[in-house]
Amino acid sequence: MFDMSSSSFMALMALVRGVLVSKSFRLIFNRVQKRGVTSCIDASAGLTDEQKEFQKVAFDFAANEMAPHRAEWDEKEIFPVETMRRAAQLGFGGIYVQPDVGGSGLSRLDTSIIFEALSTGCTSTTAYMSIHNMCAWMIDTFGSAEQRHKFCPELCTMDKFASYCLTEPGSGSDAASLLTSAKLMGDHYILNGSKAFISGGGDTDVYVVMCRTGGKGAKGISCLVVEKGTPGLGFGKKEKKVGWNSQPTRAVIFEDCAVPVANRLGHEGQGFSIAMKGLNGGRINIASCSLGAAHACVELARDHLTVRKQFGETLSSNQFLQFRLAEMATRLVASRLLVRQAAVALQEDRDDAVSLCSMAKLFATDECFTICNQALQMFGGYGYLKDYPVQQFVRDIRVHQILEGKPNTNSYRNSVPHSADSCLHNSSCL
Amino acid sequence: MSARVLVGVKRVIDYAVKIRVKPDNTGVVTDGVKHSMNPFCEIAVEEAVKLKEKKLIKEVVAVSCGPQQAQETIRTALAMGADRGIHVEVSGKDYDNLGPLQVSKILAALAKKEETSLIILGKQAIDDDCNQTGQMTAALLDWPQGTFASEVVLEGDKVKVIREIDGGLETVRLKMPAVITADLRLNTPRYATLPNIMKAKKKKIDVVKPGELGVDLTSHLEVLRVDEPPQRQAGMKVETVEELISRLKEAGRM
Repeated sequence: MFDMSSSSFMALMALVRGVLVSKSFRLIFNRVQKRGVTSCIDASAGLTDEQKEFQKVAFDFAANEMAPHRAEWDEKEIFPVETMRRAAQLGFGGIYVQPDVGGSGLSRLDTSIIFEALSTGCTSTTAYMSIHNMCAWMIDTFGSAEQRHKFCPELCTMDKFASYCLTEPGSGSDAASLLTSAKLMGDHYILNGSKAFISGGGDTDVYVVMCRTGGKGAKGISCLVVEKGTPGLGFGKKEKKVGWNSQPTRAVIFEDCAVPVANRLGHEGQGFSIAMKGLNGGRINIASCSLGAAHACVELARDHLTVRKQFGETLSSNQFLQFRLAEMATRLVASRLLVRQAAVALQEDRDDAVSLCSMAKLFATDECFTICNQALQMFGGYGYLKDYPVQQFVRDIRVHQILEGKPNTNSYRNSVPHSADSCLHNSSCL
Repeated sequence: MSARVLVGVKRVIDYAVKIRVKPDNTGVVTDGVKHSMNPFCEIAVEEAVKLKEKKLIKEVVAVSCGPQQAQETIRTALAMGADRGIHVEVSGKDYDNLGPLQVSKILAALAKKEETSLIILGKQAIDDDCNQTGQMTAALLDWPQGTFASEVVLEGDKVKVIREIDGGLETVRLKMPAVITADLRLNTPRYATLPNIMKAKKKKIDVVKPGELGVDLTSHLEVLRVDEPPQRQAGMKVETVEELISRLKEAGRM
């Protein structure tokens, strides 16, 4: 079904250039044929052969192992452990973790491509997998040799699952003001406090926790790995959410929870930096999940327009809808380019990497939500029914605009237009 | 066992794509359309790789005939576990006319050149549904064939093949070298893993021309016209059995 949309885009582009457009679709169709135009939202455009292979595996896995079950996972709030473990067998458990501890050792761009493809299967599950990957990377990068070899192999195979614990009831955007305390007593830290909105909380095994070992502010924060079963580690009730239902979300509660000093990643006071560096990649990953959802929705909408008839013709003959679809495609490609550029900047350790990651997350999550929402609108009343998949994409990616860096923080918006090398508030470098 | 297995893999339009006929009715639209490995060829590759993992055969060689893009299909086979690939370069008019007879000649020539014990192919390709290449290859080589295989068991210098036939299941024992074509239930093809995709980059793909193999690609078939299947006509309701019979007679069905 590449024809209809391609001809609409050709029509649109011709219009923009002020050329008279032939009303005959057949003529445009023939022109399209001779030029061999591929789908303009093709996610594999510009990728290396190897990246296309990664992407193909991810697309196939998403279509065969995830898409058929996503509605059930959403409705019954199932955490699809077995499916994720199968994904881990293919190398998706620690995509950018080093191979010597079981990771796949791929680049940030490879990772973005993979999560974007997986997200077309089930956005909620893929988003959790990206959080898991982020935690595995943090331990891989900042952990000692012992910590890396202790935790990473089982995380890469997903024999164990991980959660990222930064947010608290009193500190979301203002993450550096977190209150969970970690008092040093001999060779243990005693943790007290609670974390909110933790993805996987209660069902996961390894908790990467940012807590206060020192004074106020970012410099007093350290990063500890807390294992499930540690006395004093408890969980709140499972939250009831609008989307992301294939991953449980709970508060994580520490009551005199003793964690060995040997579980500290990096040195005291390094925790906030570790958290923010993890989030740079996390933002690209979440943005990539939004891209996948938007791509799926554009294709669903396009197919619907060629089938649904009103006023004696298919919706695809309606000029407004043609323009709207063209806009959606444009938003998708623009978002994808920014996200991939941010991924490249991060893997090259460029100076603008951090701000690009934040911008990519801000832009892509917003644009992709708009795309999915507009796709839902095109389905009319059917779009509102849970029998149709678009509503799940809409519900699942709405939260991407909220977590891992809320774009509405004043400082966020203010620092963006300022000097090129300004880091955004949430990611102040230490 | 120092056996070498040749697996044929064909690049076809992806099964999920909605096929469209070209306006000039000379074929279907292939430009810009998603292509992938023929699903039955995937099953063939999986079977060969499984045999290698059981250490019953030594080497799996993936072969594809076509233009440059055929190498993508070979890479997928390498990522699934094949050891090396052979790309038989066929493009332009020759590629348009490439059919089972030409491919069989190529495979037969390669099998002799590469000292092959077993050729495993998909039972048919999903674009032309010919279901001929395996059979023709066996005939050209004068080798035994086990087609529509739903189970393959190596037994020394023989191979037992359970075939899915109209009447049920037939078991045949073939003396190697032999040709096997894979049917749907033979196995479930594995996903390539990320590490295997990266390893596949280092595996070799040799490029050969049909001329070097002494194969003549002339086709004696000419495609006259390609049409879409006729639109499903609406049925009609009848009131009585007599009316049904008279209408059937009218339509020449009785």
